[in-house]
Amino acid sequence: MATDDRPSVAKADTEDAVDAVDAAETTASGEDAVQASDTAASGDATTAGTGAPEFMVRAENVHKNFGRLEVLKGIDLTVRPGEVMCVIGPSGSGKSTFLRCINHLEKLNGGRLWVNGHLVGYRQKGDRLYEMREREVAAQRRDIGMVFQRFNLFPHMTALGNVMEAPVQVKGLPKARVRERAVALLERVGLADKMDAYPGQLSGGQQQRVAIARALAMEPALMLFDEPTSALDPELVGEVLEVMKQLALDGMTMIVVTHEIGFAREVGDSLVFMDGGVVVEQGRPRDVIENPQHPRTQDFLSKVL
Amino acid sequence: MTLTEEKTPRGRPAEIKAVPVRHYGRWIAAVLIAYVALWAIHSVANNERFGWDTINAWFWDGSILDGIVMTLELTVIAMLMGVAGGVVLAVMRLSPNPLISGVAWLYVWVFRGTPVLVQIILWFYVKALIPTFSLGIPFGPTFVHFNANDLITAFVAGCLGLGLNEAAYMSEIVRAGILSVDPGQSEAATALGMSRAKIMRRVVLPQAMRVIIPPTGNETISMLKTSSLVSVIALADLLYSVQIVYNRTYQTIPMLLVASIWYLVMTSILTVGQFYLERYFGRGTAQRQTMLERFVANLRIRGGRSA
Repeated sequence: MATDDRPSVAKADTEDAVDAVDAAETTASGEDAVQASDTAASGDATTAGTGAPEFMVRAENVHKNFGRLEVLKGIDLTVRPGEVMCVIGPSGSGKSTFLRCINHLEKLNGGRLWVNGHLVGYRQKGDRLYEMREREVAAQRRDIGMVFQRFNLFPHMTALGNVMEAPVQVKGLPKARVRERAVALLERVGLADKMDAYPGQLSGGQQQRVAIARALAMEPALMLFDEPTSALDPELVGEVLEVMKQLALDGMTMIVVTHEIGFAREVGDSLVFMDGGVVVEQGRPRDVIENPQHPRTQDFLSKVL
Repeated sequence: MTLTEEKTPRGRPAEIKAVPVRHYGRWIAAVLIAYVALWAIHSVANNERFGWDTINAWFWDGSILDGIVMTLELTVIAMLMGVAGGVVLAVMRLSPNPLISGVAWLYVWVFRGTPVLVQIILWFYVKALIPTFSLGIPFGPTFVHFNANDLITAFVAGCLGLGLNEAAYMSEIVRAGILSVDPGQSEAATALGMSRAKIMRRVVLPQAMRVIIPPTGNETISMLKTSSLVSVIALADLLYSVQIVYNRTYQTIPMLLVASIWYLVMTSILTVGQFYLERYFGRGTAQRQTMLERFVANLRIRGGRSA
């Protein structure tokens, strides 16, 4: 259940990585270097033997700090395709930050992260890391859907407009086809009758379901949920969890940061308890919830259950 | 435990018909204000020194109408330059590239820090500073030459002075608008794989508009009147047109009143336009009403309270 059996990364490696990133940042025209590595780069993650496609997400000693505040102090995790991983833990434990690192909304300060076999945000050539350009990071994010605590729907677009926005604007797909798919997605989340409603006219639960449909419209390989029900009235939590459960049954790979222990037990394939920027305990949800080993886990679960 | 179904149905109670509170103070105030207003209108209308005949005679005069056209042209062009320049400057100002944001800061510092009247005059006399303009590569060959005298007419100088100054003010308004948009919006768009430019154009700016439009309407109304400064470079706008007339006829006050009434008419029309623009960009957040509906609704609320 503890994470000690995972391969630890040599400290020197991490520091190299940080240096390389620093170098790329300080060179205003780091483009040259990045372009030079274009040819050799794409296969590196897999050739290193670390990002084998058997894992949808693989985190290795991930560190993140905001200024002096260390938020993530070495996270090692793997998520297999089709797996639903739930992440629980007290506020400030770094769960959300870790989630945001996965689609590079936050830059890592150390360690490595692969999604679907590709290193996130950087290109590796030999021992050096090269920062990706904004455009390339954006391309990586297309395969990762994200659902936020505060929904973050675009308030000036209808529900349908929200779902259609990314496929039309990012993938450049024809509107008619996107519309068809968007309608189907809204039906799937049970909102066929709310297509023309603006987010302000929808309840929180409905908004969050639109947000899930919006993320699914890009046909992601991985879905990230950042406390998707924390901002909802208690009576609306169920409808969102139901949609997520359906999604899990359809085989979507999901990482869910949540306080819904019941959902974690019922739907999750694995459960991770984080505290103080590290993974304290992980395992099958039933085991962790019913028989927590670490005192911190026991303490946390006794308070929320 | 009782359930509502078990209770005997009582039906909807009759609408409460109570005698509303009488606001005697308001009635007295209304009478007093109406009395003072009538007196003011009466004394102005019957004061010969206002020169109502002169106002009437010149109100629709061709030279005045030409001046109005010029004022409107200047306002539209200056505001277009101001809005376009303001958006560019605001986006530059928020750029992560310190050089680009520095340039935008410098622009605002110069153009907001000097009087617009001075800027208009300087543009008019720019031919004294730079007699010829050339299109070409700096320090390299040139392709086209312009004589500043031909290029910078009074009209061009007026547009440049007003428009470039306005861009500095608009950039601050646009910047405030952009910063008012919830960062979660760009975050959600980023997570969907949208590029920075697309996020700005499709997600942030449309929402920033709600914050940008009201002060921009304000700026437009202000510009309509600020454009009268071009009279110093002898550009025949509304103010300059009436000045020409009263320099000849010495009917200074009536002619200035002609200009003032026209300015009032134009700002009133702009106010109506602003209402509809605000409603358009507030879609999804505010309920939709026409101006008349809102006016009637307000009257009802007032009426309900005081009747």
